[in-house]
Amino acid sequence: MDLYSLLREFADSWALLALFVLFLGMIAWAFRPGSRRLHDEISQIPFRHEDKPAPVAAAGEETGQ
Amino acid sequence: MWDYIKLVALGAIAVLAAIAANYAHDLAYMVNALTIMLAAAMAFVWTLRGAEENRPEPVHEYNDGVVRAGAIATTLWGVVGFLVGTIIAFQLAFPVLNIEWAEGYLNFGKLRPLHTSAVIFAFGGNALIMASFYIVQRTTAARLWGGNLAWFVFWGYQLVIVLAATGYLLGATQSKEYAEPEWYVDWWLTIVWVAFLLVFLGTLIKRREPHIYVANWFLLSFIVTVAMLHVVNNISIPVSFLGSKSVQVFAGVQDAMVQWWYGHNAVGFFLTAGFLGMMYYFVPKQAERPVYSYKLSIIHFWALIFLYIWAGPHHLHYTALPDWATTLGMVFSIILWMPSWGGMINGLMTLSGAWDKLRTDPILRMMVVSIGFYGMATFEGPMMSIKAVNSLSHYTDWTIGHVHSGALGWNGMITFGVLYYLVPRLWGRERLYSLSLVSWHFWLATIGIVLYAASMWVTGIMEGLMWREVDANGFLVNAFADTVAAKHPMYVVRGLGGVMYLTGALIMTYNLWATVAKQPARSALSVPVPAE
Repeated sequence: MDLYSLLREFADSWALLALFVLFLGMIAWAFRPGSRRLHDEISQIPFRHEDKPAPVAAAGEETGQ
Repeated sequence: MWDYIKLVALGAIAVLAAIAANYAHDLAYMVNALTIMLAAAMAFVWTLRGAEENRPEPVHEYNDGVVRAGAIATTLWGVVGFLVGTIIAFQLAFPVLNIEWAEGYLNFGKLRPLHTSAVIFAFGGNALIMASFYIVQRTTAARLWGGNLAWFVFWGYQLVIVLAATGYLLGATQSKEYAEPEWYVDWWLTIVWVAFLLVFLGTLIKRREPHIYVANWFLLSFIVTVAMLHVVNNISIPVSFLGSKSVQVFAGVQDAMVQWWYGHNAVGFFLTAGFLGMMYYFVPKQAERPVYSYKLSIIHFWALIFLYIWAGPHHLHYTALPDWATTLGMVFSIILWMPSWGGMINGLMTLSGAWDKLRTDPILRMMVVSIGFYGMATFEGPMMSIKAVNSLSHYTDWTIGHVHSGALGWNGMITFGVLYYLVPRLWGRERLYSLSLVSWHFWLATIGIVLYAASMWVTGIMEGLMWREVDANGFLVNAFADTVAAKHPMYVVRGLGGVMYLTGALIMTYNLWATVAKQPARSALSVPVPAE
């Protein structure tokens, strides 16, 4: 089988399936139990740190400001 | 030490560019080489004057200087792009405006790519770089990574614009739509873009927030995908290193497919994903409430990413491209309705409970109208990708109208909203100079877009129908020139729409200038942050 046909056959079978499953997985992951609290928290990010960066010393801990 | 390496490199570039200009095979290449020489010389002097100075980076502040520069560049390039667009609209209505003595330089064919590149890449691109640098800092609570690399991105990108624009007028083009710049500009843009990616990624990596806010996902996907598209679509071999001409590696229908894979994803990732990143930050900020559904924003993101990349073949219906490929493109274009409208709903519903703000806040009104135009354009696009519709709409002005309701309505309006949001904050002013001028801008732009889109619907459908009209014996009824003559009144209306849109942008420019120049600085902002 020439390379084009080989690649095409792979693309419209396994690659298609893998991408589709990956996509469904992404959606399922977004709806996983317990994600609501986390998402509410993340959606507040734009409302912190408007004027200056978080202090470097705080070692990644979110202070909420 | 680093300064000396830079000086040596800049000096070498200036000398090489001078040599290249001397041996240039064509005028465009010579002018471009001289421009590079000049840019390198200016950067040389700038570096020399600042050499060996010790300037510690203010790590406790955001790097907003480059964002301010971006706001200025966005505004100026926007006005230039709209002006050229208005001129070519009238050139189509009144061919005498293709002035005889400027034939070959300022006629429609030369100015048209100048207009498209100016509005998409100069206006839109600067807006995206500006917004990326602003958003990524605020949502990661970290200063931009890479120090002055962000400035390199800014000035490098301006050089791309100047090289491309002067090259077009002098005839350097590889005649790929939205990818006209020749090989050396492409190479330079690749370097600049990789630096852009590094600054953005570096800032994400050193973030002080544990999570990456959704706007950054959209912006990152925009940067990464545009890099991929740009490199693949510009695989070409220069005929000579001393001339602007290059030859594409792909040929025939493969070349067409690569071009429209690029072209449509320039729409999908440059004009959509990147600007959605803006929407997901600035609309919540201006409405003062978080995005309607963060879950929906995640699904919006992944659905858009998975689907858009396949939509390109709908530009090649009824061509040498195989049927299965165009059907694939059509199907994916139609599925795209879902994420597009999901995103639109997410943006609009962010205002739920705050709709009253639309009455008093013209900036928010601008953003909401832009989301409305996003919804309209993403409804119209999939519809036009259906083969039966496309057989009428393709090659007509309907396509032009569609593009402009997306570009003027969605990209333009949200960028205006962002500029109105940013300028008072970036320059530490209490408020905008005049909200009533914002309202003037809003209505001029909105009515301008309506005139534009409506006139193009009429001419597009009219000429599509005229082209396919046959008499009882099966002969075509209309000559091409008949359609051109029939379109004249609508072309004038379109030009007037452009004048209104341009006038709005000029009002905005004055308003933004006056915001900074005619108002005192807010005192609180200049208080230095203690070094702890």
